Amino acid sequence: MDSYTILKFFWAAILGILFMGLGIMVGMDMGVGTLLRFVGRNDGERRTALNIIGPHWDGNQVWFILGGGAIFAAFPTLYATSFSVFYVVMILLLFSMILRPVAFEYRSKVESSRWRASWDWAFLISGAFPMFVYGAAFGNVMEGVGYHFSWTGQYYQDESFLSYLLNPFAILCGLMSVALSVYQGGAMLMLRAEEPIYGRAQRYAVWGGWTAAVLFALGGVWISRMSGYVLVSGGASGMAPDPIRGQHVARVAGGWLAHFSAHPALWIVPLGGLACMIVGPLVLRANRPALGWWIGAGSWIATIKTVGIAMFPFLMPSSTTPDQSLTIWNSCASAYGLTCMLVLAAIFVPIILSYTSWCYYVMRGKVRTADIVNDTHSY
Amino acid sequence: MEPISSEVVDLSRLQFAVTALYHFMFVPLTLGLTFMLAAMETVYVVTGRKIYKDMAQFWGKLFGINFALGVATGITMEFEFGTNWSMYSRFFGDMFGTPLAIEGLMAFFMESTFVGLMFFGWDRLSKPAHLAVTYLVALGSNLSALWILVANASMNVPQGTHFDPETMRMQFDSIVQVIFNPDAQAKFVHTSVAGYVCASMLVMGISAFYILRGRHKAFAARSFRMAALFGIISTVAVITLGDVLGRLVYEHQPTKLAAMEGVWRTTKPPYEPWLAFAIPDDAKQENDLEIGIPFVLTPLVTHSFTAPITGMKELEDQAGPRISSGIAALTALKAWRASGSASDLAAFNAHKADMGYGFLAARHAPGQDVTAIPAGQLDTVVNETKPDILPNVFVTFWAFRIMVFLSLWFFAVFAFGSYVSLKNRLERNPLLLKLCLWSIPLPILATEFGWITAEAGRQPWTVFDLLPTYLSASTHSVGYMLFSLAGFALIYSIFIAAELYLMFKFARLGPEEHGAHARHDDPGHEDGLVVALGE
Repeated sequence: MDSYTILKFFWAAILGILFMGLGIMVGMDMGVGTLLRFVGRNDGERRTALNIIGPHWDGNQVWFILGGGAIFAAFPTLYATSFSVFYVVMILLLFSMILRPVAFEYRSKVESSRWRASWDWAFLISGAFPMFVYGAAFGNVMEGVGYHFSWTGQYYQDESFLSYLLNPFAILCGLMSVALSVYQGGAMLMLRAEEPIYGRAQRYAVWGGWTAAVLFALGGVWISRMSGYVLVSGGASGMAPDPIRGQHVARVAGGWLAHFSAHPALWIVPLGGLACMIVGPLVLRANRPALGWWIGAGSWIATIKTVGIAMFPFLMPSSTTPDQSLTIWNSCASAYGLTCMLVLAAIFVPIILSYTSWCYYVMRGKVRTADIVNDTHSY
Repeated sequence: MEPISSEVVDLSRLQFAVTALYHFMFVPLTLGLTFMLAAMETVYVVTGRKIYKDMAQFWGKLFGINFALGVATGITMEFEFGTNWSMYSRFFGDMFGTPLAIEGLMAFFMESTFVGLMFFGWDRLSKPAHLAVTYLVALGSNLSALWILVANASMNVPQGTHFDPETMRMQFDSIVQVIFNPDAQAKFVHTSVAGYVCASMLVMGISAFYILRGRHKAFAARSFRMAALFGIISTVAVITLGDVLGRLVYEHQPTKLAAMEGVWRTTKPPYEPWLAFAIPDDAKQENDLEIGIPFVLTPLVTHSFTAPITGMKELEDQAGPRISSGIAALTALKAWRASGSASDLAAFNAHKADMGYGFLAARHAPGQDVTAIPAGQLDTVVNETKPDILPNVFVTFWAFRIMVFLSLWFFAVFAFGSYVSLKNRLERNPLLLKLCLWSIPLPILATEFGWITAEAGRQPWTVFDLLPTYLSASTHSVGYMLFSLAGFALIYSIFIAAELYLMFKFARLGPEEHGAHARHDDPGHEDGLVVALGE
């Protein structure tokens, strides 16, 4: 393999890790947002729940922004095309994402219970909807989306957003993503809250985990019958990153299982994920929230990895012009750009990880309702 | 090329402009307030006087309200490159994505992680550790501005990339050239110090309000003086860097410069007046009602007494050959993409430098296809394209002037404010105090007009001389655009109402509510009163 191919492959792996980090960390905050109205029955309890993720949600949301920036830099064509393909959904997602920071800052600054109740609804919407869209986007991409390029590389869309929103497989993936985030958020609440929040969070997290397991298994059966995409010719790893021409792609029933059939050892990934989703809730029931949280992280890792293996090297197939499907090889940045980003990431990611851990260390410990209500700095 | 609808391009531009200007109401305050908070807290840590902790916490509260909206609306900007400017992001993203990603890695992450500790960590961190956290927030927010402006500068003065016919996009080849783009350097300092002006005016104005009402005197007098001094230094810096930027525009973007100054005909130095007032008429290509200051224009813009400024009419004429050459470039490029023949590539390379002007001609070509213009119509297409190289002169000219006039006003207010504050005579100057209060929104307005000058003046290009705005937008339906615009109008209106409500509420409440319980044991308090009362 030449060095450019290695770079492309490496960045595809980073992309996968970003998706995992997003699911685990942002998903956890969104899960807490989704559960807020249910685990907190009065204002003090809700504020406790909010302050559990209070010092960190912002940093976690930055993972989301950083993920976007990294896709833009490492896979500019994917960024440019996917955001436009899913225009209406992306705009709705954006609205949810910008509601959240404002909800955090503003909710507890005014005493009125009506004001606070409105923001609590904002937390529910801005927690559940983005996670739904996150999962649904994976579902839609696996089915293929409608777009093509002109000879200059101008992108044109061939399908309406309704077909993406109402796609049943995408809905299944979206629900699974919400379920996983409820699990992760519930585990976090258990880790840092006391009764009565603890017990309620436990109940929701257990059901979240098991719902995800059922949906994941169903999704697997669905994928085995779906038309996957397969490279017929061209589209080699060393190709110039030009999505306009250079490959022939065919749709083949069950095509997404090709890698699993060729390398049966890979089945360990989806089966491991399923195991995590089944065992995790049992661990939470045994009052081991820390271990349960990590098992939840394992569920996300396995889920994203399963999708990655199934689709490799496709990133976003085109259902209307399969030859212009986006792959790792044709939608990435130049060798110079990828190298540049690699060096910078090698410098800054360790720095980010160290100060993020330090922040968690400083703000460690149980969050108590009594302390929150008396603290003027809290959310 | 399949035709592109002008309505969708215009709506995409409208949406980007509105969301960017909205975002930019909050950013400058963040840039400036973080450093002012750090300065206040430094005094607290060094002297141990609790009043400075009260200051840091109270202004920190206002900062927090503002910061939340800055973060939230910033996400919109990142999204829109993908959702609305698909062709731009594919064409330029190899380079353009990198500064945005670095911004996340280096700056935004730091700012956002530490801002949590800044608010929540007062009781959990030692004094020096909390101070360090506040400085990291300030550093993070300013580094964030740096990378965004590096990205913006590359659209205005593209460097460190070249067009590659193999991938049909600009390939990134030098990050050093991208970072050390002179436009980026000057823009960064100009924009961040403009942020300090905004923050200074906010702190000074609200302090003036307390002094007028006779409340929180010690607190307000100290905050006022700090803000006035910070403000005067920043205003001088913002004007100086503005001058540097103007010189760079003269060098790199002649169409923008000519529009900013309303220069239709090439100037004959040194008598040329600087127009303090004029009504540029884009249709007639001349100015009405000119009022100018003689001899000023040439040295102001060119930093010399002899260099001419090329007029817009001459620039239009010079563009003619470049448009024809650009059409030839695209025709050869399309042929090469199909044939791969060396002669087509050679033909393309001969005209490569003008390719952007070929793209510009697309909207005037039959079927928007510049590669299939019938020979007889070529001259018509070229002539129709020529006026397109100019930005909207009226907008660029007046946005620039409003910014300049406002900055002179800030200079006067800060200078007067510093003087009166240092003489401890604030309470005897209610008129000054009222002017300070009413001036709070003006620096934000000035930064908005600064952006309009820079970005409206860059038109018709997204990447200067390379990719026209017209071809940069995603090809959505008008319905999609109306949907997103309506959503933004709704959500952003709710946001601004909530933000203003909270800002007014907490500004009116004043600092006593915020951790100032120990006020009466505070030795600094007495001292502060002395400062405020003048003796």
